Amino acid sequence: MEEKNNIMERIAEANRPVTTGVDEKDIKDWVTIYIMGKGYRVPADLTILTAIEYAGYRLLRSVGCRQGHCGACATVFRRAGEYKLQADLACQTRVEDGMYLVQIPFSPAEKAIYDISKEPYDASVFMKYYPEVARCVSCNTCTKSCPQDLEVMDYVQAAIRGDFELVADNSFDCIQCGLCAIRCPAEIVQYHVAQLGRRMYGRYGLSMPEHLKKRVEEIEQGKFKEAMDNITSKSREELEKMYAERQREPD
Amino acid sequence: MRIAYYPGCTLKTTAKNFETSAIAIAQQLGVEFVELPRWTCCGTVFSLTSDDLIHHVAPIRNLIRVQEMVKRKQVDDEKRILTLCSMCFNTLKRSNLRVKENIEDLKKINNLMYLEEDYCAEIEVIHLLQLLKEIGFDKIKAKVKNPLNNLKVAPYYGCMILRPLEVGIDDPEDPTIQRDLLEALGAEVIDNPYKKVCCGSYQTVNNKEKVAELAFDILTHAQREGAEAITTCCPLCSFNLDFRQKEVLKKHPDFKQIPVFYITQLIAVAFGLDNKTLGFDQNYVDPKLLLKNKGLIK
Amino acid sequence: MKKLIITSENVKFLQKINELADQDITLCEQCGTCSASCPMVAEMDITPSQLMRMVQLGLKEVMETKAMWVCASCYTCTVRCPRGLDVAKVAEALRQVYLRKALDYIEIKKIPKYEFVSLPQIAIVSACRKFTG
Repeated sequence: MEEKNNIMERIAEANRPVTTGVDEKDIKDWVTIYIMGKGYRVPADLTILTAIEYAGYRLLRSVGCRQGHCGACATVFRRAGEYKLQADLACQTRVEDGMYLVQIPFSPAEKAIYDISKEPYDASVFMKYYPEVARCVSCNTCTKSCPQDLEVMDYVQAAIRGDFELVADNSFDCIQCGLCAIRCPAEIVQYHVAQLGRRMYGRYGLSMPEHLKKRVEEIEQGKFKEAMDNITSKSREELEKMYAERQREPD
Repeated sequence: MRIAYYPGCTLKTTAKNFETSAIAIAQQLGVEFVELPRWTCCGTVFSLTSDDLIHHVAPIRNLIRVQEMVKRKQVDDEKRILTLCSMCFNTLKRSNLRVKENIEDLKKINNLMYLEEDYCAEIEVIHLLQLLKEIGFDKIKAKVKNPLNNLKVAPYYGCMILRPLEVGIDDPEDPTIQRDLLEALGAEVIDNPYKKVCCGSYQTVNNKEKVAELAFDILTHAQREGAEAITTCCPLCSFNLDFRQKEVLKKHPDFKQIPVFYITQLIAVAFGLDNKTLGFDQNYVDPKLLLKNKGLIK
Repeated sequence: MKKLIITSENVKFLQKINELADQDITLCEQCGTCSASCPMVAEMDITPSQLMRMVQLGLKEVMETKAMWVCASCYTCTVRCPRGLDVAKVAEALRQVYLRKALDYIEIKKIPKYEFVSLPQIAIVSACRKFTG
């Protein structure tokens, strides 16, 4: 138990705001932000995520990798004096003076259930599972709200006409933060549509790469059986120790 | 001549044969279709309420793409966008007219699309049949290698290229453009009043039995006058008249199936173009036997 | 015969539809040309001209009828109306009054999956535009 706490603390340590350990008197630049309407003075060099924590909130949701990869910390905000509603990742966006913001921890959406091996490689698959794509009005709000700068509208349109390659290419960097879906006036869940498109394209549109084929054969022949057995036989404590001591890129 | 071309979603899927045949015949006539980059679905039905602008955004966004193509000198025709699908034609043309006539609407739509360049409302939307008429049925006749002699064809127009008046390309009560075209191809034209009666359109999603009933009326009327085939230029009419014959047969077992062509498929046959451009495998009622019997294809 | 009393509520409803449809529906003289021209009339519970009459009188009960949903927007009535009225626009205005409350007339998620294999996109997109809010 002690060891586990130790690991959790080490993870938290790595993610502390840069102001941690700095005397507040030494921080020169401060801004006021409004979290769900309530104003807080925070150091100006914080991200939205660290500023929320600085203000005293403990985030159980709306936080994840803190590196802009996982899409958990979607946030919407308005800058002072602007009418435009902005959307971005809280861990990747710097606070600005007068900013109003709130976290969007989750985008409620049902994911269709399908068996990719039973679907014909045909445009109709999109309408079949997500007929609401037909409600797209090309307003481009999804593209404007994408923190990954994807051309979301273009891939939704590509889905309507069954262009799997374009759906896959345009959505490749999607981190499923859900901001497009939250803002869509046609109530489309773009990221689920994109995932269906990538899966279809991956299975039917692309040929199996040689190295993958070779690796699958190796797995089937049991090349990694011993290594896997070694890991799966370990206790939770042993696994946590392995995780903490794993080889990793320097921070 | 290179002209900007708006395909529309259905031309890329269930009506691919409409596109391939149209591109092929246009090539024969010296016209190259240059597909719009990054086009989006037009919305297929023009939004009719006075205060609804959001549904005109998609059509106008596509017209901005045409402007961009003109600027990049990707097309020779600098004022026009060509459509094949009647529904796209109707929607794009009416939205275009709306913003041309309402400068305030245009401003609002341009403002909403602030990431795009402004639409200047100078583009015109045309349908393939208009382009063919402009090229001249004489010129088309001169290209015919394989006249459609003895083929009795009933042209069907549907609604979206005829109505309402401000977008129609022909007389809404007695259109003749397909008749003139088919005559140039050597076909025997069976004109009948059902050529302009609605096929039920999008009700096919919700009420396919009624659509099948309408298709039955339209098709049997043409058959009674002696028609052996129907022509259309709308992928939804084509679906309702062709694919829904399956439903027609359920209700009317004596019904004799009749092939439904895209007008461009018959032009391609008359021009003697190869099977690949015809795309008959996408027609629900196989037209090959009829054409073979008439000696029009091998 | 029941005597109808036109209240301010009725007038308001007429005005709302007039505005949405950009029409002066009071111009309708009930000649019946739209009904005679309508390819879908056999499927309707009230005819297009009855629909026009109900709107003229500001009867909100028109919202309970099926006619506006059966309309295929073919514009035959539009080109034939001797008074220059656009009945298709009136039907659309009525549909919009309903759909703008975030209601759907058809549930697109409940369309049988096999239908999508053959249905062209234009049909589905149109149905979404006409029947979902």
